[in-house]
Amino acid sequence: MSLFGKLIRRDLSLMAARPGEWLMPLAFFLLVALLLPFAIGPEPGLLARLAPGILWVGALLASLIPVSTLFAIDSADGTLDQLLVRGVAAETLAAARLIALWLGFGLPLLLAAPVASLMLGYPFGALRHLLPGLLAGALGLSALAIVAGSVTLGARGGAGLVALLVIPLAIPLLLFGSSPAEPGALGLAVATALLLAAVAPFAAGAALRASRG
Amino acid sequence: MAAPDLHALANPLRFQRFATVLTPWLLLPGLGLLGIGLWRGLFLAPPDYLQGDMVRIMYVHVPAAWFALGGYLGMAIAALSALVWKHPLAALSVRAIAPVGAMFAAICLITGSIWGKPSWGTWWVWDGRLTSMLVLFLLYLGVIALIHLHEDRARGLKMAGFLAIVGTINLPIIKFSVEWWNTLHQPASIRVSGSSIHPEMLAPLMLSALGFLLLFAALVLIRMRTLIAEQRLDMRALRRAARAG
Amino acid sequence: MPHLPFIIAAYAVTLAGLGGLVIWSLLRLRRAERALGGED
Repeated sequence: MSLFGKLIRRDLSLMAARPGEWLMPLAFFLLVALLLPFAIGPEPGLLARLAPGILWVGALLASLIPVSTLFAIDSADGTLDQLLVRGVAAETLAAARLIALWLGFGLPLLLAAPVASLMLGYPFGALRHLLPGLLAGALGLSALAIVAGSVTLGARGGAGLVALLVIPLAIPLLLFGSSPAEPGALGLAVATALLLAAVAPFAAGAALRASRG
Repeated sequence: MAAPDLHALANPLRFQRFATVLTPWLLLPGLGLLGIGLWRGLFLAPPDYLQGDMVRIMYVHVPAAWFALGGYLGMAIAALSALVWKHPLAALSVRAIAPVGAMFAAICLITGSIWGKPSWGTWWVWDGRLTSMLVLFLLYLGVIALIHLHEDRARGLKMAGFLAIVGTINLPIIKFSVEWWNTLHQPASIRVSGSSIHPEMLAPLMLSALGFLLLFAALVLIRMRTLIAEQRLDMRALRRAARAG
Repeated sequence: MPHLPFIIAAYAVTLAGLGGLVIWSLLRLRRAERALGGED
């Protein structure tokens, strides 16, 4: 298996060993979907109409949760330094983390979305059209997560800072993804996610190298 | 490839002297041109066919928008040159530009809001351009936050630079997505009548814009001088501590 | 002039924002250069 594959496998097995890491964002997503009906009111038609937006906001907020520890643990215990010294490119590391995050966040999200839809009275037929966008969105959000996680290594500000960095950059994904009925929206969401995924490893890699200096 | 003048300026001391000489030549003409432009815009320029006198807000709102955007691009270019050419003052200029650009963005948002109120009855409309400017303002805040929240100052500057670059790459996508979203829902929009601007409106707009530009440059130079001086103060304090210890 | 209060408000915000920024920046510069000019 290539180095890249090995890095992804390592990240995934670490995630499996610490189930909290992928369970927490999942739980948060469901909590958001659960919270909003309390705030908005249980009127079924209203909730169903707002459902795409609610699911997307939930996914966005949930994606912020893993960010602060994304690279912090490896940085603190020296693993990051070791890998870089051994010649692993920081970009490769970041890209592997991106893919592992996408799998660890996106796949549970696909399973949780129907549950949330149920609570919002959003018909499964319509959900079918939302899911590919959510999967692409998870890729884009993971890309933003590795940028935010690498760029905030050693910074104070915690969740607030991460939210401030990610949310403006996530607006296009949010806009394209939460309008599944619009023609071309899915394509735009996927294109945006791919662009973010292409750029992110380079930015994150540079930030990881800068954080050692 | 690199202009030789740029490298001559790379020396902070030389830059400081250059900036000190240049500042009044930017600040005073900037204030003057802004004053003339706004005077003409307020009293001499004609009212708009559709918007009436409210269009006079354009003379502050539009240049603020231009240079809020231009400032962000400038930050990204500075960050890139810090990354690629390791120009010593480039990273510092990210910090110099950020609050200035943020202020321009805030002025654009507030004047845009004031413009919208009598026209559309509300203090905010999710107009494509206003919404994009709001996102740009948040991007500025992110850069500023990164600069200040990092324990290591130098590292914070670098990270802020990376964010500025990523943000710049995203700007066209953000603009496009917001406009796309707008056309779906067709809310109110701030527009000057017609696609071509009345020539008697052009002069005050250009004067005001030139004033804004010179002021932006003056502010950045003033901030650069301040940051360089503060850096030297820090180094002096470090040297003292090293000698004492 | 119709809508004059709005126009004045917009111009005032602009001048206050720009003016405030200029003044604040100059004050901070003077403070730094004074501290530096002391002994260098």
